[in-house]
Amino acid sequence: MVTTDDVRKIANLADIGLDDEEISEFAKQCSGILEYFAVLDTLDQDKPLVHERYNILREDEVLPSLSQEESLQNAGLKEKGYFKAPRVM
Amino acid sequence: MKKLSFHPDDSVNAFITTIPEVSYGDGPLSGVTVAVKDNISTRGIETTCASKILKGYIPPFDAHVVTLLKDAGAAIVGKTNMDEFGMGSSTENSAYGPTLNPLDHSRVPGGSSGGSAAAVAAGLVDCAIGSDTGGSIRCPASFCGIVGLKPTYGRVSRYGLIAYANSLEQVGPLARDVSTLSRLYSVMAGYDPRDGTSVDRPYSHTLSADIKGLRIGVPDDFFGEGVNTKVAETVRKAVETLESLGARAEPCSLPSMKYALSACYVISTSEASSNLARFDGIRFGPATDTPKSWHDAFSEQRKAGFGKEVRRRIMLGTFSLAAGYYGRYYQKAQTARQMVRDDFDRLFKNYDVIASPTMPDIAFKIGEMKDPLQMYLSDVLTVPANLAGVPALSVPCGRVEGMPVGLQLIGRRFEDERLIDTAYAFEQEAV
Amino acid sequence: MEEGEIIIGLEIHCQLNTKSKLFCGCSTDFRDNEPNTHTCPDCLGLPGSMPRLNKQAVMYALKVAKALNCTIREDSEFSRKNYFYPDLNKGFQITQHDKPLAEWGKLLIDGDNGEKEIRITRIHIEEDPGRSVHMGTTDRGKYTLVDYNRAGIPLIEIVTEPDLRSPKEARKFLNKLRATLEYLNVFDSEKEGSLRVDANISHRGFARVEVKNISSYKGVEKALTFEITRQRNLLRRGQTVARETRHFVEARGVTTSSRSKEEENDYRYFPDPDLPPIRVASWVDGILLPELPDARRERFISQYGISPEHSKTLTGGLKLAEFYESVAMEDPGLAATWTADYLLGELNYRDFSIDAMPAELFKELLTLVKNSAITDKSAVEILRIILDAVKEGKNPERPQEIVTRLGLAKTSGDQITIAIQEVIAEQKAAVEDYHAGKMPALNFLVGQVMKKCRGRADPGNLNSLLKEILDKKA
Repeated sequence: MVTTDDVRKIANLADIGLDDEEISEFAKQCSGILEYFAVLDTLDQDKPLVHERYNILREDEVLPSLSQEESLQNAGLKEKGYFKAPRVM
Repeated sequence: MKKLSFHPDDSVNAFITTIPEVSYGDGPLSGVTVAVKDNISTRGIETTCASKILKGYIPPFDAHVVTLLKDAGAAIVGKTNMDEFGMGSSTENSAYGPTLNPLDHSRVPGGSSGGSAAAVAAGLVDCAIGSDTGGSIRCPASFCGIVGLKPTYGRVSRYGLIAYANSLEQVGPLARDVSTLSRLYSVMAGYDPRDGTSVDRPYSHTLSADIKGLRIGVPDDFFGEGVNTKVAETVRKAVETLESLGARAEPCSLPSMKYALSACYVISTSEASSNLARFDGIRFGPATDTPKSWHDAFSEQRKAGFGKEVRRRIMLGTFSLAAGYYGRYYQKAQTARQMVRDDFDRLFKNYDVIASPTMPDIAFKIGEMKDPLQMYLSDVLTVPANLAGVPALSVPCGRVEGMPVGLQLIGRRFEDERLIDTAYAFEQEAV
Repeated sequence: MEEGEIIIGLEIHCQLNTKSKLFCGCSTDFRDNEPNTHTCPDCLGLPGSMPRLNKQAVMYALKVAKALNCTIREDSEFSRKNYFYPDLNKGFQITQHDKPLAEWGKLLIDGDNGEKEIRITRIHIEEDPGRSVHMGTTDRGKYTLVDYNRAGIPLIEIVTEPDLRSPKEARKFLNKLRATLEYLNVFDSEKEGSLRVDANISHRGFARVEVKNISSYKGVEKALTFEITRQRNLLRRGQTVARETRHFVEARGVTTSSRSKEEENDYRYFPDPDLPPIRVASWVDGILLPELPDARRERFISQYGISPEHSKTLTGGLKLAEFYESVAMEDPGLAATWTADYLLGELNYRDFSIDAMPAELFKELLTLVKNSAITDKSAVEILRIILDAVKEGKNPERPQEIVTRLGLAKTSGDQITIAIQEVIAEQKAAVEDYHAGKMPALNFLVGQVMKKCRGRADPGNLNSLLKEILDKKA
C-alpha cells in the first residue's frame, strides 16, 4: 500500500513536481501497480545476471571536443561561457 | 547530392517534424524515404521525444544509425510522433497529440513507435525506424498491419537513441514488406565503438522463403486468458500456414512468463528514472530563469515538462530502487530476467523459432485504455524478448473486426536472419 | 567524562592523469582554459550519449591497488549514484558501489607510536562532476554558473579503515599516499584540486562526524584538530556530538554544519547498463611497479650512505628524490645535507617546488662547497640569489659567476694569516686576556679577524688557527 506520504517522499527524491490531485491519483495507481509487481517477491533465490561481455575498453586518446559555442548551443541561459542554473540553496 | 520534396498528407499526425526539401546521396538506400522516430538524435533537426521538456532541442550530433542511413543515401524526411520518451503502447502519451491508426482513425496505431508505423502504413514513406523497449516496434507494426523487427540486443548501435531503458531497448526497422525491412536492416546493423553494448554482427542477407524443417514452438502461456480468442485463432491459422510450407509446430511452455511483465516494468522504470534525471533545463530544454532554489525549480520544470505517464513511470522506477520502499524489486527483477533467458535457451534447444500473437488484442479505441496497469498488461507478449535480448518481429497475418493481427516470431540471439526468412516465407505464401 | 581514543578514517579522491577523460575522449588538460571548452555530448550528458571506459584509467587504478597491496576483485562493475546537483549533468554519477575494483590493502606509515599499518578498505574508479560557481548574494539574486570541463575526469577513491588515531597520523598517511601516487606516475600533485579528502572522525563510543571539502594536506591536520577540539568541548559539557556531515572552511580553519540533503539521500545505486563489467584481476601480474617510496628510502641509505632522517625527507616526493639523485654523484652526504637541510627550507619559504632549482646550478654550488672555495654562509647566500632570480622570472646566474661578481671567494690561508697578525698587533689588551686564560677573548679576536676578512674566513678553522698562532707567541 502506497500512501500519499510515500508519494510525496518519492516525488521529492526524484525531483518530480506533483499537484495534490496527482498525489492521490498516483498513490492509488502506484499501489495497484506495485502490488502487481509483488509477484517478484515469490522468487526465493537470487539468481545473478550472467554477463557474457566484459572488458569493453577504449584507448586513452584525445578526441576533438565541442567548441564552447556548440556546447552551450541548447542552453536556455548562459553567462560568460558558463551554463546558468538556479541557486543551490 | 540529389533532392526530393516531402509534403505528406499527414491526417494521422504521424510526424512531429517534416523536412520539405531533403538532400540525399548515392548508396544502397539512395532516394529511399525514411521516417525517424523522434527519440533518435538527428543533427540540426529538432528532437523532442514527443515531450515538452525537449522542445527546441537541436542535437549537435547524429545517432549512429542516422549516420549509417545518410551514408547509404537514404532521404530522412521527418521525425515521427511517439509516446513521450517511449513510455506507452498507443502513441496517446504525446505532447504533440495522438497519432491515429491509418486503417481506422478512431483507433490507436499502437506505441510507442506509433508515428513511424502509421507513416509506413499510410504509405507516406518507404520505411521507418523506431525503438523497441518492451514491444514498441512490434506493437504498432501489429496494430497497423506492417512488418517490424526488434533486433538481437547489441546488433544495432544505441548511440544517439535517447535512452528510456538501456538494457532492454533496440533501434529497429519498420516497413510494409519483408524485403524492404531486410534492406533497411542491412544498413542499420553493425558495430559502433561508441556504444559499449554494441556487437560486431552486421546483417547482410539474401532472403530465402525455404523453411522446410523449421521447428516452431508455440507456447501455451502466450495464448492464455487476456488474449482475444479471435486473435489467438488467427495466429494459430498462421502457424498452420507455416506448417504447410514445411515447418513443424508444437506446443511448449515458458513458465517464467508470469514474472516477465513485472520484471520488464521494474527494470525499465528503474533505468528510466535514472536516465530522465538529466532533464533539468540547464544544458537543453526550456530555460528556467527563476529566483527559486535548484530543487524547487527543477521539480516544477519537470512537472510542467513531463506528461503524467512519464512522471508515473519515474515514480515507479524510484520506488523500485529506493531502499526504504521496494528497493528489493530491482534485484528480483534481474533474477526473473535470468529465468526468462534460461527458459528461452532451453526452448531453443528444441525449437528454432517461437510463434505467438504479437499483441493480446487488435488496436483499441483512442481513449479507451484509461487504467495505466491495463496498458502495461498489453505488453505481456512482447516483453519476454526484450528481457532475453533475443530478436523478435511482427508480421501481419490476418484481420479481426477489420483490424490487423500480428504474428510474432521470436528467435535465437543473432538469428534475426532466420526470423526474417520465416516472415518472408509467410508473406510470400499469404500473397 | 572520559573521551576515549580518537578514531579517524579517510576517503581520498585523486584525479588520475590520463590524457583523456574517463568515459569520453575529451582532453583532461582543462585548467586555465575557458569554461565548457573540453566537453562533448558524452561528458555533457546530452540525451543519447553513452560512456566508454578508458583503459588507461583502469591500468592506473590497478597500479595503485597493487602498490597498496590490495586484492583485485574478479568481477568489478560500475554503478550509478543517483542524485541532483547542477554540476552533475546526468543526474547521476558513474561510480563503483558494491563491486569496486580492489579491496583490503594496506599502507605503512610512521605512526604516533612507531611504524603502523593503515588498512585500505577499498579502491574504486569514478568520474569527477563539473564545477559550480555560486554567484550573487541576496536570495533573489543568487544563481549558479556551471562549467563542465571537469565533468568526466577520472578519479580513484581510496577509503581507509578507521585506523588513524590523530591528525598527525592522518597527515603522515596522506603524505605517504601522495608520494606513492607520484612515484606511480598516475597523479600530478601540483594540479589544483587533484586530491580531495573527506574525513570521518569520532571519539570512541561516540557519534561519528564526517568532514568534507578538505583540499590540502595541511588542511587535513587543521580540520581534524579543530574537529577533535569541538567534539571534546561538547563531550566535556555533557552534550552530545551529533552524527552529521560538516564542511571544512579552509580560510577560517573551522568546520561548519552542512545542511546538505546528502544524509537523507537514497542514492538508489544500480549497475550502469551501458558499461559491461570488468574482469582485470589477472592483469595485475603483468603490472610492473616502479620503485616505491619505502624501497627508495632503503636504497638511498644503502647506496648513498646517508642518514635515515635525510633519506626519509629526500624520498618524500618523487621529483625531490629524482633531484637528489641527479646531484648526489660527487658527494652524496654533502648533497643530502644541502638538499634536505638548506635547499628545502629556502624553497618552502618562497612557496616553490623543487622544479625552481636548476639541478646543474645546484651541482656547481655543491662542488664549490666541497672544494672549500666558499664558506657555508656564502653558499646559502648564493642559493638565495639564484632562487630570488627565479622568483622574479629572470635567468639565474651560475654560482661561479656570483662568486666572482660579489667577491665571495674564501679568503686564502695567507690573507687570513695577515689578518690575524694585524689583529694581534691591534688588539693587545685582548691578546693579554687570552694569555691570562680568559677564553672569551679568543672569540673576540676571532670576530675581529672575521671583520677584517669581511666574513670570508671559516670561523671553525679560524678559531684553531688563531689559537695556534697565539700559543706560539706565548
